[in-house]
Amino acid sequence: MSSTVSTGTKGRPGKGVRAGRPHAAWALPGVLFFAFFAIAPMVLAFYLSFTKWNGLGDPEPAGLANWQKLFDDPRLTQSITVTVLLTVVSWTFQTVVSLLLGVWAAGRQRNRAVLSAIFFTPFLLSSTAIALLFYSLLDPNFGIIRGDTFGSTSGAFLAIVFVGGWQFIPFHTLIYQGGARQIPEVLYQAAAIDGAGRYRQFFSITLPQLRNTATTSSVLMIVGSLTYFETVLILTQGGPGTDTAILPYLMYEAGFKSYDFGYASAIASFLVVAATALSLLLVRLTGFGAMRSTREGM
Amino acid sequence: MSHDTLPRRPLRTPRTPVTAAPTHRRRHWTRRPNPLAGLGSVVWLIIVIIPIYAMISTSLTRQDEALGNALDPPEHPTLENYNTVLHSGFGHLLANTVTVAAAVVAIVLVLCVPLAYVAVRTRSFWSGAAFRMFLLGVAIPAQAVVVPLYLMIAKLNLYDSLLAVILPTAAFAMPVSTLILTGTLRDISEELYEAMALDGASPTRMLFQLVIPMAKGGISTVVVYSALQAWNGFLFPLIFTQSDGPRVLTLGLFNYVSEFGVNIPALLASVVLSGIPIFAVYLVARRALVGGLMGVGGK
Repeated sequence: MSSTVSTGTKGRPGKGVRAGRPHAAWALPGVLFFAFFAIAPMVLAFYLSFTKWNGLGDPEPAGLANWQKLFDDPRLTQSITVTVLLTVVSWTFQTVVSLLLGVWAAGRQRNRAVLSAIFFTPFLLSSTAIALLFYSLLDPNFGIIRGDTFGSTSGAFLAIVFVGGWQFIPFHTLIYQGGARQIPEVLYQAAAIDGAGRYRQFFSITLPQLRNTATTSSVLMIVGSLTYFETVLILTQGGPGTDTAILPYLMYEAGFKSYDFGYASAIASFLVVAATALSLLLVRLTGFGAMRSTREGM
Repeated sequence: MSHDTLPRRPLRTPRTPVTAAPTHRRRHWTRRPNPLAGLGSVVWLIIVIIPIYAMISTSLTRQDEALGNALDPPEHPTLENYNTVLHSGFGHLLANTVTVAAAVVAIVLVLCVPLAYVAVRTRSFWSGAAFRMFLLGVAIPAQAVVVPLYLMIAKLNLYDSLLAVILPTAAFAMPVSTLILTGTLRDISEELYEAMALDGASPTRMLFQLVIPMAKGGISTVVVYSALQAWNGFLFPLIFTQSDGPRVLTLGLFNYVSEFGVNIPALLASVVLSGIPIFAVYLVARRALVGGLMGVGGK
């Protein structure tokens, strides 16, 4: 971690004047609201996964039936495989492109503002709009690419990866651009004096310095790619067959197509556990404590 | 203090004494142009532009001419497709989405500003715990709670209303908003708080006279971010609403697929129309949005 020069005062943080600090209760409305609409439903999903419920009337206890069904379901294995594969391929594609674009855009090229604005345009369309755009453009009778893109498993899969990248790379480029701007110039000057070339500088300074940025971006990317729901729903409907049915889509079909909400909740609980475990793992692996260490300056 | 909208990292105890004067104009570390990187960026530019160009040109094409190549410019440009879309209840969808976005922004601001204020200024177990809850909240996929929320919304008699979309959308915009605001509030220097405290200012007065004016950049970023979340939300409207009344834009677009069928030009015109309002917002609030989004990763 490097400290940037701030135009603020350079004193050590104050010695904790007690006066004028808000009471912790100020946070209560926000905490309660979030707990009610985000945390409580997670707990409820877990509870519902042990019930049988078709969306009408009240859920009835069903023991472990849903979980049994889940782990016996061949679609689950397939879905996990597809979700993991999609996440890995998307992460690789998006990270490589946005890292390079972001570092490049952090420099001072002419026309950079114009280019940045154009790079940013996909971010202005909603997932739904982008999915519809590519649904139209990849239409076998009409589109840019002739042939049935969504008819083959690999075609459908790559289409989802590409559309996801097209949509989210602008955002991650921005994040990397911001990270690269914060690398102290001094490091590069020192490296240049030591005779390090551009590529050496990139690998020895830029990449290590962008570690925290990469973590943030990766957490957002990985959690995001678990949720390419609109893209799958509009482009492939999980097809061909169930070859691109990522976990959320499987859950949507179980709940809102087959009205088996108990089973959908089991899939949802599984998804929460997977997403949380993934995030924690990422945080552990990459020392994401940077987020917390910023609290030291209080 | 300068009113730079880019959130800077808070000043922690530097490992080496900082002597350099603050520079706002960063030189690029290599002054030679980098042809490889330049080429890469041009390639990506093409990848970004082609679909957008195809979308706009097709949306201006007459339906009977649209079965050619999507990349051909329209022979007889027409606004007929836009007319079709505007007569299919587009205004109503737009009004609903704007309502949802405004409500979500209001809820997020009212709840998250005090939250971030406490997270930055109050040293207690509870403030740390609240902050960590939101840190973890970033990782909760909305899909995972949609089934139980459906049950809750039904029990609260909110099903098929705009509120059913607004409340969960606001909740799920909170984690990132809190993080952005916390980052911004940390950049307000301790001395300012202390000076106000010495003058006997209450925390409330500090919030309105110091925190909110100083955190304008972060606040406008949160406004743009949460408005975008509301604008792009698809899953909650899909599951929690059903009739035409509370239908929002994204869901409307989805319905146009079946409504327009093979009328691809009209479908793409609806996509273009859906992007125009947010593009206008982007033009107005570009600095806040871009600066704030950079700050998300720069911490």
